[in-house]
Amino acid sequence: MNTFKRLITARETGILIAFAIVLVATTVRNPNFTFSGDGFRDLLVTPAMLIIIAVGQAVVLITRNVDLSVGSILGLSAYLTGQLFIGTDLPIPVVALLVIIFGGLLGLVNGALIALAKVPALVITLGTMYAYRGINVMWTGSDRVNASDFPKAFLEIGTGKLWFVPWLTIVAIVVLIAVAWVMRNTRSGREFYAIGSDPAAAHLYGLPATKRIISAFILSGALAGLAGLVYASRYGTVDSQAGYGLELDAVGAAVIGGVAIAGGVGTVWGAAVGALLLTTINRALPVLGIPDFWQRAVVGVLIIGAIVLDRVLAVRQARRLAKGADR
Amino acid sequence: MSTTNTAPPLLRLADVSKSFGAVIALRSGSLDLAAGSIHALVGENGAGKSTLVKIVAGLYRRDGGILELDGRSVDFGSTAESKAAGIAVIYQEPTLFPDLSVAENIFMGRQPLGRLRRIDRGRMRAEATALFERLGVRLDPDRLARGLSIADQQIIEIAKAISLDARVLIMDEPTAALSGVEVERLFAVARSLRDEGRGIIFISHRFEEVFDLCDTVTVMRDGAYVSTARISETSVDEIVRQMVGRDIDELFPKTPAPIGEAILEVERLTRVGAFSDVSFTVRAGEIVGLAGLVGAGRSEVARAIFGVDQYDSGTVKVGGRRLRGGDPAAAMLAGLAFVPEDRRKQGLVIGWGVARNIALAIQRQLSSFGFITGRKENAAARIWASRLEVKAAALDTEVGTLSGGNQQKVVLAKWLATEPRVLIVDEPTRGIDVGTKSEVHRLLSDLAGRGMAILMISSELPEVLGMADRVLVMREGRLTADIPRAEATPETVMHAATHGAAS
Repeated sequence: MNTFKRLITARETGILIAFAIVLVATTVRNPNFTFSGDGFRDLLVTPAMLIIIAVGQAVVLITRNVDLSVGSILGLSAYLTGQLFIGTDLPIPVVALLVIIFGGLLGLVNGALIALAKVPALVITLGTMYAYRGINVMWTGSDRVNASDFPKAFLEIGTGKLWFVPWLTIVAIVVLIAVAWVMRNTRSGREFYAIGSDPAAAHLYGLPATKRIISAFILSGALAGLAGLVYASRYGTVDSQAGYGLELDAVGAAVIGGVAIAGGVGTVWGAAVGALLLTTINRALPVLGIPDFWQRAVVGVLIIGAIVLDRVLAVRQARRLAKGADR
Repeated sequence: MSTTNTAPPLLRLADVSKSFGAVIALRSGSLDLAAGSIHALVGENGAGKSTLVKIVAGLYRRDGGILELDGRSVDFGSTAESKAAGIAVIYQEPTLFPDLSVAENIFMGRQPLGRLRRIDRGRMRAEATALFERLGVRLDPDRLARGLSIADQQIIEIAKAISLDARVLIMDEPTAALSGVEVERLFAVARSLRDEGRGIIFISHRFEEVFDLCDTVTVMRDGAYVSTARISETSVDEIVRQMVGRDIDELFPKTPAPIGEAILEVERLTRVGAFSDVSFTVRAGEIVGLAGLVGAGRSEVARAIFGVDQYDSGTVKVGGRRLRGGDPAAAMLAGLAFVPEDRRKQGLVIGWGVARNIALAIQRQLSSFGFITGRKENAAARIWASRLEVKAAALDTEVGTLSGGNQQKVVLAKWLATEPRVLIVDEPTRGIDVGTKSEVHRLLSDLAGRGMAILMISSELPEVLGMADRVLVMREGRLTADIPRAEATPETVMHAATHGAAS
């Protein structure tokens, strides 16, 4: 009963229902949205990239930090992928590993600056967001990597599927399950929550806050690197603007999914479901005949709605708990 | 009961010192904690108890002195190290993670693990339940810590300490927020921990508790060790004498002033969780001292009167007219001025100059059509800066660079510029050198002489006794005594501050 109740009232469930409503409404309007081969594939594969970076973002947010540089890390990683295939004969797994490590290193730069210089993450990652993008523009120029530069096998990962599930979707799901497991079931995972919930208490408790925060940024960076691979393999062309603006979609997805900006609250599942909803709405609105410029506004309404909902729920909970304490 | 033996004490501090810049927080802390003993540590506010605890907890590193655990010298660089050595501290304000469950709060970082190093939630829950059973409480281990009562939070802290198998347990005023039943429960737990051979340091201002629970007591005063005695061989009076320990000199000459009608009337003021049923009046020409221990709710009352915080019930009247709650602007219009406790954070704009700070509260009078000129600011500020003898290089010198005493004068000047009828000052001379201190006192005395009603919160007994026409004493959110100047002595005030309603 308790488990059932928790499942019903969970934030993730609410977002899934919203997703279902969008899906049904759009499919009624245009059955191809779900029931054509391409439609179904897009439905599954499009959210993959955002899910991956939203998961990393959620971990960072849970520690009461934010990573605004993920869009730029994604762009650099995607371009690096192309360059590695052009310049070397390395096998695909080695390239993938190198790109992920590269993303992790960029994340390490963020984490180290934040932890050691004691500057808020918002400022540091805003800075590295521009810096990484700047490096990308300098490196790429007006050049770009084209589909012909990639090995065929690599591009097939982007289009192929296992039975009916696209490979990229499987990658996103594996990442999601692994991170969710760590966050729920390991000591270090719980320490992320503790540090975000009350940094002062974490200090008194003697938790290794610096280490955890740096590792959260490394994870976020590495996942942005992975998302760069996903981008390259799905789109086949990479210019200097790849992943532009995606960091805010990642934050938005996490917030919609119930991850609190103030830290300590939420799950990576929520962030993933938020990403699913966000990408699907973005694809559904044109089908529903809603003009282009309204689409961003809808995302805004969703985020504000999610925050207002959180606030209302928090106030109600506080009132209930206070009442309970009075008795 | 503990007996004196030749084995080294469980925890030994000798001549431990700690300072922060020029401020000496602990001059010479000493304490020997025996295994199987409950050792009381008492002293006035600022006696250095908390600093001593924080050194043992690994939050601060000592500057000098001896810190030994089991006869071996130790030096804790972090709270994790002190915890690993078997020391658990229960702070006055429990420090839990509000978004995590009760069980996780107890076992954070040490959760029982199953296969694949996966946290074994079932076992964690079972262990938490077992701990609560042992402590005789019913708490749901799966509940979030957010919203728990202070008593329950403290129980969680104790459960944490027990699960750590700590040999030294330090409780910093654990009973301050507890009810009678909860205190009994806590004491029963403490006694059983003592009987297991652990050492407990118990910090409390409630003497009845100290005498009920502890076997030894150490008194501290002004950052230094004063004495240690067996509880059976001492008395409350003797401890109070040692805590106060100094004579009231004539540093604070209050010149008598004619006392007029009531200007500030506070009636049954209550803010749930902070203070309740506080009633008093301050008359023109009168300085009323508000004494009590830190956390007694004095500053909270002042903040509520001035409207910085809301209150739940009661009334505040200025000059017979009721003042709206939660509205500092209305309070200022009614003639109230409030010099807050933390002048750097709440009293001044640190990056601004002297003149701009002084003119801050009278900007509206100085401005024309919403604009304000530096010339007008300077003109208005100059009067007050010179009257209070603010020592600054120029009127645009940044106040952050001034000494504490001169900063306080700037805050006072700011409020005096509003020509208030009631002045509330919270710790007016904290962190100020002796010379400036008596200047501030003379100024307050002078203001009262001109018919201002002054409410002075102070933790320094000599200051209160020297300055106040009347001393109100608060204890745990309630007014416990109203002592006229003639009867106010360190003993009567301390007694009311620590003992509950004085007769």
